[in-house]
Amino acid sequence: MLRFAKHARYVLSENPVTAGAFLFFTLLILLAVFGPWIAPHDPLATNASNALQAPTWAHPFGTDHLGRDVFSRVIVATRLDLGIAVSAVALSFVIGSALGCSAGFWGGWTDRIVGRVSDTIMAFPLFVLAMGVVAALGNSVENIIYATAVINLPFYARVARNETSLRREAGFVLAARISGGSDARILATQVFPNILPPMMVQISLNMGWAILNAAGLSFIGLGVRPPAAEWGIMVAEGATYIVSGEWWLALFPGAALMLAVFCFNLMGDGLRDLVDPSRRT
Amino acid sequence: MAPRPILTVDGLSVEFRTRNGTVRALESVDLTVAKGEVLGIVGESGSGKSVTAYTVIGLLDKAGRPVAGSAEYDGVPLIGTREKDLADLRGREISMIFQNPRAALNPIRPVGKQIEDVLLRHNQATRQDAKEKAIAMLEKVRIVDPPLRYWSYPYELSGGMCQRVMIAIALACNPRLLIADEPTTGLDVTTQKATMDLVQELTRASGMSVILITHDLGMAAAYCDRIVVMRKGEIVEAAPVAQLFADPKHPYTQKLIAASPGPNSKLSDLTAVPDEMEDAAPVQAPDAPPVRVMPPSRAPLMEVTNLVKEFPRRDAKSVWPWQKSETADTVFRAVDDISFSLSRGESLGLVGESGCGKSTTSSIVTRLLDPTAGSVFFDGEDITAFRAAKFARLPQRRKIQMVFQDPTDSLNPRFSSADSISDPLRRMVGLSGAALTKRVEELSDMVGLPRHLLTRFPHQLSGGQKARVGIARAIAADPMLLVLDEPTSALDVSVQAVVLQLLDRLKQELGMSYIFVSHDLNVVRLLCERVIVMNKGKIVETGTAEDVLTRPQQDYTKTLIAAIPQLDPARWRPPQTAAAPVPKAAE
Repeated sequence: MLRFAKHARYVLSENPVTAGAFLFFTLLILLAVFGPWIAPHDPLATNASNALQAPTWAHPFGTDHLGRDVFSRVIVATRLDLGIAVSAVALSFVIGSALGCSAGFWGGWTDRIVGRVSDTIMAFPLFVLAMGVVAALGNSVENIIYATAVINLPFYARVARNETSLRREAGFVLAARISGGSDARILATQVFPNILPPMMVQISLNMGWAILNAAGLSFIGLGVRPPAAEWGIMVAEGATYIVSGEWWLALFPGAALMLAVFCFNLMGDGLRDLVDPSRRT
Repeated sequence: MAPRPILTVDGLSVEFRTRNGTVRALESVDLTVAKGEVLGIVGESGSGKSVTAYTVIGLLDKAGRPVAGSAEYDGVPLIGTREKDLADLRGREISMIFQNPRAALNPIRPVGKQIEDVLLRHNQATRQDAKEKAIAMLEKVRIVDPPLRYWSYPYELSGGMCQRVMIAIALACNPRLLIADEPTTGLDVTTQKATMDLVQELTRASGMSVILITHDLGMAAAYCDRIVVMRKGEIVEAAPVAQLFADPKHPYTQKLIAASPGPNSKLSDLTAVPDEMEDAAPVQAPDAPPVRVMPPSRAPLMEVTNLVKEFPRRDAKSVWPWQKSETADTVFRAVDDISFSLSRGESLGLVGESGCGKSTTSSIVTRLLDPTAGSVFFDGEDITAFRAAKFARLPQRRKIQMVFQDPTDSLNPRFSSADSISDPLRRMVGLSGAALTKRVEELSDMVGLPRHLLTRFPHQLSGGQKARVGIARAIAADPMLLVLDEPTSALDVSVQAVVLQLLDRLKQELGMSYIFVSHDLNVVRLLCERVIVMNKGKIVETGTAEDVLTRPQQDYTKTLIAAIPQLDPARWRPPQTAAAPVPKAAE
């Protein structure tokens, strides 16, 4: 553990951009956990007399058309957006790497079926597919998670399959077989940990996509429903007011969304270096 | 001395920036190459021999930086020169042949086009006659049917042919200095000989100077005029070949020569102690188990009868599945009806060039692969009766273990040494807790691996230490048969000597039988009592190691033995210790 901490310190000090991304990620997590207590106002409390106010010290991000505090809403929305992204990515990572590893390890029919299924998923425009899934299953947070997980599945399956098939014949896998390990055990203890570094890059990229996807679904009205605070809905609601000059309604949630995606994309290399043992000395 | 040397390197030092500060890779290296001279740079991995070449030719890695000294090519300074001028010089005046020809060639461009590129870049040909000249070059390096091969892609050519194409590219512009960086690593002995003979012939014909970088003393002796021995970034000795081998001045050179197995040396002659082990724990720790020397009995341990392994051919003629073609066309017989037997405590060498079926045979014997036909009786039981996938869970599994060719590849990068060694103990012996720790420590003592290295990960260990971990893992479950698949081919000569001695000692202590798979007859002879020579899946010759090596009966065996760049000890000095090669050829 101490070793890992030292290694983490090295990776972060070597690359200030990664360190910045990790710092921002920590901030996002803190906001997601403690958001409702940090937010200065109730994100759902409307106040018609105070609607569409430009940013002031009392309301740093201004207020929306119902007089709700945009700052509080942006903070509180972190939990929902991050929650959707993390659970969707976790789901597709677990299922995708299980499928991909088996495809790469056993090859043959397993490989063909997994390969063709992910081809089929990828043949659809992914966002349209997600729309279809949500529209068919119903408008709920779980369904957004499932939809986002399904469209991200093929990426994990493919990376896992390729990395596994490269290592299937590696010396240490043969050695484990000679040491009496069964296929499943070798896959779990020898192969899978070694494909983690490229998977980590995939995870961080996907987190960005997943957040965008969730926000996008909400934006077109197929996701989280108003009045819940969610970045996508807030941008959607604010979009109509940009023309009339109330720019803060869409700008701040949009910026939060952008920063989050940006942060996840920058974290990729750092995550990979963290889980790569050969980067340790 | 010759009038003016073509290349002069004077006090060259190179530093590399790494995570733990800067590291000196070269420490004031001086060397000269005269016109028409073949200079050998010899040293073990990490000695800085390649760094020297790369610095001179201006291809040094970004992290490396020459900090002192100079290099001049025919009066032109090479260090600190603009990249554009260097690029002009490279290829036209100085050329290089790289270690891995397949990786050095562009995989998506026909080889003929790649020769043309060099010619056009240095204005040695016009667009009109480039193709003609490229074909002439291919002919010069003796590629059969050059007009056809002009259009070949690197993947269509064998390793030896790729290296010929590399030579054609390097010599296309008639350079005056050729740098060959381990040009035959990964090639078979016979191919190695053919390649080196070709280089020698072509460079001699045009009076070209050559720098031959190699770890192989035998090859350096056979092809060089003068040899520079490097160690840890410094030149320890430079002398003409005859003088170097007759009277090595520096202890390191002596050590290197002593560690190289020659055609007459015995295992006990190889008395090298690699640096990494000098301060290591004693080989026999006080609490190590008592040595029990087992008398080799002649009871048969393993009987292989009519073994056949066929693989489907990729280039089978039938394009569509419903087009049935002859079986002979669609399958490739990697192992073609071989039979042999192995006694208890005996060690058997399996020798041949790449593709001869020796690795396939060893995979079948270790039950990683199912044979197409034939059977393997082990300790009275037909072990081929069980499918390879099932074999892992049978009790017989622990009796047959294996040491792999590449110690780096065969250790899980995420497992510490202790984890790697305990894996078979957990799985097959069922040890855990304190008993497991104790046994792992015992094993590490047995193979001479210092105990403090047990917590390290493979990338923190040297090649020799990784080899020891691999051996400890293989003997962990007390096997009766150990299959050694080129266990030393990725190691430096001095480490190889130590590992061979270790294997020999373990065999006597534990009474194991060995099947030693190798392409290197000199190494096989040291460890094996009996040798089987294989070619194209068949057994060509079999007999005691001594007989096969000194009185080969078959032509194939004779070619194989002749191809090893042997040092004639009498040529340089009377005593029996002589340097000879350890040609490496990765399977």
